[in-house]
Amino acid sequence: MTGRAHVYARPHINTDEIIPARYLNVHEEAELAKHAMEDIDADFVKRVKPGDFLVVAEDFGCGSSREHAVWALRGAQVAGVIATSFARIFYRNAINNGFLAIECEGFCGETSPGDEIEVNIGTGTITNLSKRKVYLFTPIPDFAREMMQVGGLLEYVRRKIERDKNKSHSA
Amino acid sequence: MPQTITEKILASHSGRDVVEPGELVNGRIDLVMCHEVTTPPAITMMKSIGVEKVFDPSKIVVTPDHFVPNKDIQSALLAKILRQWVEQQGIEHYYEIGRHGICHALLPEMGHILPGTTVIGADSHSCTYGAFGCFSTGIGSTDLAAALATGELWFKIPASMKIVVEGTIPPGVFSKDIILEVIRQIGVDGARYMAMEWVGSTIDALSMESRMTLTNMAVEAGAKSGVIAPDAVTFEYLQQKPHSKNKSFAPVYSDADAVYARTVEIQVDRMEPMVALPHLPSNGVGVSRVAQDSITLDQAYIGSCTNARIEDLRIAAQVLKGRHVARNCRTMVVPATTSIYNQALREGLFEIFTDAGCAISTPTCGACLGGYMGVLAEGERCISTTNRNFVGRMGHPKSEVFLASPATVAASAIEGKIADPRKYL
Repeated sequence: MTGRAHVYARPHINTDEIIPARYLNVHEEAELAKHAMEDIDADFVKRVKPGDFLVVAEDFGCGSSREHAVWALRGAQVAGVIATSFARIFYRNAINNGFLAIECEGFCGETSPGDEIEVNIGTGTITNLSKRKVYLFTPIPDFAREMMQVGGLLEYVRRKIERDKNKSHSA
Repeated sequence: MPQTITEKILASHSGRDVVEPGELVNGRIDLVMCHEVTTPPAITMMKSIGVEKVFDPSKIVVTPDHFVPNKDIQSALLAKILRQWVEQQGIEHYYEIGRHGICHALLPEMGHILPGTTVIGADSHSCTYGAFGCFSTGIGSTDLAAALATGELWFKIPASMKIVVEGTIPPGVFSKDIILEVIRQIGVDGARYMAMEWVGSTIDALSMESRMTLTNMAVEAGAKSGVIAPDAVTFEYLQQKPHSKNKSFAPVYSDADAVYARTVEIQVDRMEPMVALPHLPSNGVGVSRVAQDSITLDQAYIGSCTNARIEDLRIAAQVLKGRHVARNCRTMVVPATTSIYNQALREGLFEIFTDAGCAISTPTCGACLGGYMGVLAEGERCISTTNRNFVGRMGHPKSEVFLASPATVAASAIEGKIADPRKYL
């Protein structure tokens, strides 16, 4: 997958900045998307194009447990977030939603806004096409990869319930 | 193999004898906390995978708290969806307005939190419950839907960080100051993915209320959970609460030779009150230094799951008694739960607050997250007993939040600028 980079090099970008609490009285992705990143960059939603990547530094998504942060970014058709590191609840929510969240040391510092980025999950690489540089990212845990493949935790649970039902029927 | 309290609880709840940090397990959940912001999406998700009934209605506790009493039409709808779902699922433990409270203060005071158990809440400050020696963590709505449907959830076993707190707390210093000092030392991601385990003579001497302030802010250091081993203080507290009175449970303790990823030692004898400057909880500085800077304020806020329990209100009242808040500093007191509200009223604290010129509100998370009931305008400054001072947290992205203890917030309200509480105690 290929898209343009939106770079925010400040560490500890928190969920209040990704989607401010004043918009938490809705949870429709399209509605949340209108306010994605609003408190850190009011123009983000005007510039973002489907398939673009967020390129960020340490501890991205710290703060509240609001899954609305992931939904707002996905609603804005962001393809994924490449961070130096993630705060745990955001990372967990991303995995559960099958939303791409990649940890890659050094990538944020060397990427400029607008660079063209290619992510290859299979080979575990990110290519900065504009700068002709390849980065090996921290392997996505098997469990998270499986979750991404089935489309998230809900589908994972649905299949498990289905399997358990079939087991009890055949027993 | 020696284990920490967190490892033992997660092992016993996933059918294992031992677990190691980094392992993934499927854990059985003893209690699920639901509120009106993150639960409605989970209700829709459960339906979308064809699950009609929750795994066990008796293991779910529900209270609206973030935007209630209803902030606007959208919030009213969220509260309504929650209420209807509670009725439809036959969930007994539901706390309607008039009995409600901020979830993290309400569940412990009603006795829903027991040692040795697993608790999850679709709210980041669910780590608060760990003060009772349980494993408790904050999760998102999809996790909530999965847990409500199956009674289980996946967990990565966290490494543990041991925080040893020794010494006698000086007057004017409170557990809020200790947690701000710890976060100052380790940073807002210093305990990322970890369980923060609190031990030491200072912790032993703390009330349950003060312990909850410590575990509440574990997430502000990036932790997955905060935990304090249960002791006589815990058991005495539980015996006084409606749902834990005369209950049995299985307390768990860390082995003496359990392995910790990191140990942090804090000596409190000479600590001073702390203030976390904007815009990170890790920006703590001693109040004596900040007080010199004459930082003028527009608002003082005493509320939230961190510091609005009865003990906090008593301290604030002690500072405010017979005094008045400054003309430039509107001051709000928001007791965390209905019973704390009633208790404060009975003890005469409300009279002290209103005489001092404070406004008092029914429990709500409201202003802490910039929702309503105390939102800041552009350029305004607030000193607050809450837990986060991120950009835009309490309102306009160009407003500023300073975090401190109830005593420091009350003292600052009186002077209309950040002030040292010790001269008022």
